[in-house]
Amino acid sequence: MAMCIVVIAKENYPLYIRSTPTEYTLKFYYMVHTSLDVVDEISAMGKALVYQRELYLGLFYPTEDYKVYGYMTSSKVKFVMVVDSSNTALIFQKLHNSYTDVMCNPFYNPGDRIQSRAFDNTVTLMMIQVC
Amino acid sequence: MADTVLFEFLHTEMVKELWAPHLEPGRVGWKMSLSVLEGLGFRVGQALAERLPQETLAFREELDVLKFLCRDLWVAVFRKQMDGLRTNHQGTYVLQDHSFPLLVPMGSGPQYLEEAPKFLAFTCGLLCGALSTLGFQSQVTASVATLPACKFQVVIQKS
Repeated sequence: MAMCIVVIAKENYPLYIRSTPTEYTLKFYYMVHTSLDVVDEISAMGKALVYQRELYLGLFYPTEDYKVYGYMTSSKVKFVMVVDSSNTALIFQKLHNSYTDVMCNPFYNPGDRIQSRAFDNTVTLMMIQVC
Repeated sequence: MADTVLFEFLHTEMVKELWAPHLEPGRVGWKMSLSVLEGLGFRVGQALAERLPQETLAFREELDVLKFLCRDLWVAVFRKQMDGLRTNHQGTYVLQDHSFPLLVPMGSGPQYLEEAPKFLAFTCGLLCGALSTLGFQSQVTASVATLPACKFQVVIQKS
């Protein structure tokens, strides 16, 4: 079972990347990078649609059965997840809550890479749940 | 319930501390302290703007963000809504508060007018920080005509 979670800042650079198993890492980076274009497309035409903040990006690579899910917060921080199961709404909620906790940490400068152990633990828990 | 005054006391002490007697006479020290206060407010605003809109839908335009500031942010911090919001639809907004909770303890009328800006610096930073998390670079200035009513002018920078 493979899975990857990436937190992307609003300037489109990664704040946190975690994937398992490790031999797929580069492939996941590539997928996530290409999915950023889709995110931009959807948010550009978002003026007319009243979308909730969750976006479903759908099947990316028809040869492999990974699905790429995206979620954007009101501060334009994006969470992208590559996974092959589908209870993503809850996972994104938890990710969002963890990310908000990281933001509220006074020792964290917005824009830095995320190095919080609590966030790591949350992500690990979610990976265990899925895999 | 003491909750409402906790933040006010803390804020008053912050301002007093930054204006402690080590300040040299003249405007130089004054400006530094004002920018320290604004910086504090900025970081707090960044964190608040991440946490508060969690259950709401995404903002569709600038005016929605300003309304969020006037309603939800003000209620969360000061337990009341902003009394007035005006705009010229070109990026400038004036937020009016007829009885700003951080100025109310100072009394009403023209008596402490020169002291008022110190007590508004943190809040200006708060607005600026919240706007920056929500995606808008801005400049916020505050003005007081008579205590405790004050106006915050927000100019959103087009990039």
